Amino acid sequence: MSDTVMDARPASGTPASPRLASRHLPRWSPLAIAAGAIAVAAGIGAGAGLSSHIQWGLIALVLFVAGSYAITARVEGRRQAKDRVATSLVWSSFVLAVIPLYSLVETTISKGADVIDGTFLTHSMNNVLTIQPGGGVYHAIIGTLEQVGIATVIAAPLGMLTAIYLVEYGKGRLAKWVTFFVDVMTGIPSIVAGLFILSIWFVALGKAPASGFAGSLALALLMMPVVVRSTEEMLKLVPNELREASLALGVPKWRTTVKVVLPTAVGGITTGVMLAIARIAGESAPIALLVFGSAAINTDPFHDPQSSLPYYIYEQYNNGNQPSYDRAWGAALVLIAFVMVLNLIARFIARWKAPKAGR
Amino acid sequence: MAKRIDISGLSAYYSAFKAIDDISMTIEPGSVTAFIGPSGCGKSTFLRTLNRMHEVTPGGRVEGKVMLDDENLYGSGVDPVTVRRTVGMVFQRPNPFPTMSIYDNVAAGLKLNGIRKKSELDGIVERSLKGANLWNEVKDRLNKPGSGLSGGQQQRLCIARAIAVEPQVLLMDEPCSALDPISTLAIEDLIGELKTRFTIVIVTHNMQQAARVSDRTAFFNLSAVGQPGKLIEIDDTERIFSNPSVQATEDYISGRFG
Repeated sequence: MSDTVMDARPASGTPASPRLASRHLPRWSPLAIAAGAIAVAAGIGAGAGLSSHIQWGLIALVLFVAGSYAITARVEGRRQAKDRVATSLVWSSFVLAVIPLYSLVETTISKGADVIDGTFLTHSMNNVLTIQPGGGVYHAIIGTLEQVGIATVIAAPLGMLTAIYLVEYGKGRLAKWVTFFVDVMTGIPSIVAGLFILSIWFVALGKAPASGFAGSLALALLMMPVVVRSTEEMLKLVPNELREASLALGVPKWRTTVKVVLPTAVGGITTGVMLAIARIAGESAPIALLVFGSAAINTDPFHDPQSSLPYYIYEQYNNGNQPSYDRAWGAALVLIAFVMVLNLIARFIARWKAPKAGR
Repeated sequence: MAKRIDISGLSAYYSAFKAIDDISMTIEPGSVTAFIGPSGCGKSTFLRTLNRMHEVTPGGRVEGKVMLDDENLYGSGVDPVTVRRTVGMVFQRPNPFPTMSIYDNVAAGLKLNGIRKKSELDGIVERSLKGANLWNEVKDRLNKPGSGLSGGQQQRLCIARAIAVEPQVLLMDEPCSALDPISTLAIEDLIGELKTRFTIVIVTHNMQQAARVSDRTAFFNLSAVGQPGKLIEIDDTERIFSNPSVQATEDYISGRFG
C-alpha cells in the first residue's frame, strides 16, 4: 500500500485543460461606456428635438445597458456580459430609487430651513394672522409627542404580547384567527381607523371627541399590526436551541421567554417599534377627525383640541399664502428630523443590544 | 446523588408517527451509558424522553414509564420543569446564550430559577467551570460574551451550565460531533471525571468514543425507514464491542451494516 504513488500526470488523450485567464475589459470601461452612452443620448436628444431631459436620461440608460452587453460579449464572453447587464440594472434601479428621495430631502431642507429658528420652535400660532410671517410649531410638536407617545404606550406592549403569544404559545385555531386579523388590520386606511374611533366615541359618550387621546387610540390601532408583525419576525429568528437550552436547565417557559428569547431579539424588536412610530407620526387623517387641530398650546391630551405636525402642515398649506407655505415646509422638515432621530435611536439601541461575539 | 433510571415500555411519537417502540432498560447510577445506532433510529428522541424535552417538540407525545429511583417522570402531577432540574442536558451544537457573559451563562440556570446571592453564585460558577475543566481558560474574562469562545470551549461552557444546577443525571446528545479531536478528548476526560457525581447518558455516532467512555452500551436500530426505532440490546461495553449477542450489533460495529 504505502509504496503506491498516485500518478499526478493526466492520462494520455485527455484534452489540455482550458486556460484559466481570459481577456478582460479594463476597469475604467463601464465609465467610458456610460460617458459614451450619455454623449450619444445627448446627440440623439438634441437632434430629435426632445425637450425633456428625462427622455435623454432614459435613452442614455438604454444605450448604456445595450452597449455594455455588446462590448462585454465581444471581449469577455456571454456570461460576463450578462453579469454586466445585471450589475448595471441594479445600479440604475438604485439611482432611480434615490433620485426622488434626494429630491424630497433637498426640497424640504431648502424651503424649510429658512423658517426654522428659535421662535419657530418655541411659539404656537395663537394670535398670529395666517397671512403674516411668524408663529411656530411648538403646539404641534407637543401634540405629536403626546399623541404618538400615548399611542406607543398602548400599542407597543399589546403588539409585543400578541407576537409573543403567536410565536411562543399560539397553536390551533385561535392563533390562525389572530394572524388573519393582524393581516387585515395592516391594510386598514388611516381614515377608517379614525372613523372607527369616532363612532365608538359617539356611542360611548354621545359627543364629538376633540382630544389628543382619541387621536392616540386611532394611531394605536394603526401601529399595533406593524408592531405585531415585526416582533413576530424577530422572535422567529431566535434559534430554537436557545429555548431548549433554557428549558433543559429547568427554567419555566415564561421565564425562558422573558430572560432568554426577548433579550436575544430586543434589538430587532426595538427597531420594529421605532419604525411603527415613524409610520404613525406622519398620519394626519385621524387627527383631523378626532383631535380637530388648534392654534394654541394645549398640553393636556385628554381635553380640548390639540394640533400635530402632519395636521399643522395640512392646515398651513390650506391657508394658501406664502408665509403659511413657508411654515408648512418648516413643519415638514421638523417632522422628517423627528422621524430621522427616532430611526437613529433605534439603530443605536439595536447595535448596543445585539448579541456580542467579541472576545 | 446519582440516580438509577428504570425505563419500561416506553414509546415516543411525533404526532401520528411512532419514533421509538416499547423500550425497556435500566441505567445504573454513577455509570456512563452510551447509545449507538444508525441515524434516525430514535437515540436522540429516546434521550429527550428522559428529561421530558421530547414533549417540547410540537406533536411530541410519550407512552410508558421512566422511573428515577422510585418516582415516575411521567406520573400525574409531575412538573416537567422540576424533572429538567434533576435531569440536565447537553446538546449536539454548543448553544451558549448569546446575550450573556461567560459568568451569566454558567449562572443562568440558577439565576433564572431565582438564586441571586452574589457570594453563593460566585462559588457555584467557579466550581462548575472547574468541574468542566474550563476555569483556567476563562477565569480572567468571565464578563466577556460566551459566544466569543472556541467551539470546544463553548461546549464545555454548556456542560458547566448544565452541572451548575446540580442535576442527578446528565444527558449528552452527541456532545462532540461538532468538535475537533483535541476538544473531544477534553470532553471525554471530563465525562470520566463527572461520572462519579452524575449518572451520564451519552448519544454518539463515534464507536471508539462509546468504547472509550462508557461502561454500558445500548444499540438501537430500525427495521426500515419510516418504521419506529427499537432497542436491540444493552450490555457491558466490553461485551458489546467484543462478543455481542445479536448479529445486527456485530454487523453495525464492524461496519458491515447494510
